[in-house]
Amino acid sequence: MHRKSLAYPYLIWAALFIVVPLLLIVYFSFFKEGHFTLQSYQKFLEDYYIKSLFRSIELAFISTVICLVLAYPLAMILSGKEMSNKQIILLLVVLPMWMNSLLRTYAWASLLENNGVINNMLKTLQLPTIKFLYGNGAVIFGMVYNFFPFMVLPIYNVLCKIDGSLVEASYDLGADKITTFRRVILPLSMPGVITGAVMVFMPALTTFLITRLLGGGKVTLIGNIIEEQFTRTRDLEFGSAVSMILMIIVFITLSFMSKKDSLDKGGGLF
Amino acid sequence: MYAPIVLLMVFSFNNSKLPIWNGFTVNWYIKMFNDRGIQQAFMYTLIIALISSVVATIIGTCAAMGINRMVGWQKNMVMNITYIPLLSPDIVIGISLMMLFSVIKLPFGLPTLIVSHITFSIPYVILSVMPKLKQMNYNLYEAALDLGATPWYAFKKVIFPEIMPGVIAGAFIAFTLSIDDFVVSFFNKGAGVDTLSIKIYSMARKGVNPTINAISTIMFTTIIIILIGINLKANKKVRDTRI
Repeated sequence: MHRKSLAYPYLIWAALFIVVPLLLIVYFSFFKEGHFTLQSYQKFLEDYYIKSLFRSIELAFISTVICLVLAYPLAMILSGKEMSNKQIILLLVVLPMWMNSLLRTYAWASLLENNGVINNMLKTLQLPTIKFLYGNGAVIFGMVYNFFPFMVLPIYNVLCKIDGSLVEASYDLGADKITTFRRVILPLSMPGVITGAVMVFMPALTTFLITRLLGGGKVTLIGNIIEEQFTRTRDLEFGSAVSMILMIIVFITLSFMSKKDSLDKGGGLF
Repeated sequence: MYAPIVLLMVFSFNNSKLPIWNGFTVNWYIKMFNDRGIQQAFMYTLIIALISSVVATIIGTCAAMGINRMVGWQKNMVMNITYIPLLSPDIVIGISLMMLFSVIKLPFGLPTLIVSHITFSIPYVILSVMPKLKQMNYNLYEAALDLGATPWYAFKKVIFPEIMPGVIAGAFIAFTLSIDDFVVSFFNKGAGVDTLSIKIYSMARKGVNPTINAISTIMFTTIIIILIGINLKANKKVRDTRI
């Protein structure tokens, strides 16, 4: 009963629905109407597309940094506290992850709209309205809001696993809090930080929802371009090529993470 | 953090389309219940989530048990394939599946949606069951066989109870992922089939519509209730075993 063959149904399924589709993307990126061509990749080298690639990386990077700055202190506070409060706060942080990201983003959109809740409050207070939405800032904000829990969890996990006696030893040897943090806690927490950073950077890089809802027409990221190719322009080959480029970036980011062995050293999500 | 969600819920009771409070009303909820499109989307979402989570759990649990017995390069390769859907951006999964379905001429609609959802759910089930398998003492299973149990009986009485938490967690994750999914469904749906997420998206594109608030409020409260319920149950178990 407990045999390898149990996995065969899955293997067939995986081969058909995971491997083959990916191979299709590779194929379509290199072949147009049956001929091998690099035309699809060449198209990507146009200014418009390169710009949006860099913009995507830039925005994703900024969002990751902001998430890190906000999440690390929270994780530190959480890992220090004692039992009952901790559970509830942890649950509150994790809860949004379980909710539909579309709805969460939409919620912010309706809040920040020119006619939205915040601006209406400002109006009644006779203050000038602020144009929150539609622009890089709104997109960064949306990314940070959406992916914040993914940064908190790994850091929290790794901070919990730090051996308390190491910290105590550091104090005993005369180090003050700042030095202890800098030399003991921070380096030990790095695996979690890296996991968190990757778990924010990757979805931020590839999202198209957030830019659609919060960015208006002005912000075009890689995700949007890919989506366009498959719904409007119907340029499958180009869309596949862009997807390939995206996958390569993701792959590089991931190998960076596994090099640091962060998953093994307790920086995992669970 | 929760501000927008709370506001969304509050305004679902608002008697006006604009976010200016104009009196309490459940009009939007009534509208929501009467809307055929929303009803359909809800039914589809539920059906897809149920079918895909059940199938994914079955395939995934069997797969986890099979993978557990693998060694070396076979195991590595299978695990790597398993990680692909987990780590790939959802757009890539969505479009790759869409292209596959176009090529093999599978009709878009319920079948493609269910297949897509199963595909991205199975890895989570596997990852959820595997740790439990590893923790389990395999000798118990062999002991049962030695004592004369058939493999199926031994499985039912020894292995299955041990991996139950993992299986249930995996099923729950699969179910939630299916309900929440937008991107993969977006690319793989048929002309008439909408999931709740897609329906909300198309409504949101046309402008603010408090019916969306009503839908979201219900979705949020349901999830909150389920999660709190699970947490309470887990805490209760811990408290019971402690005594």
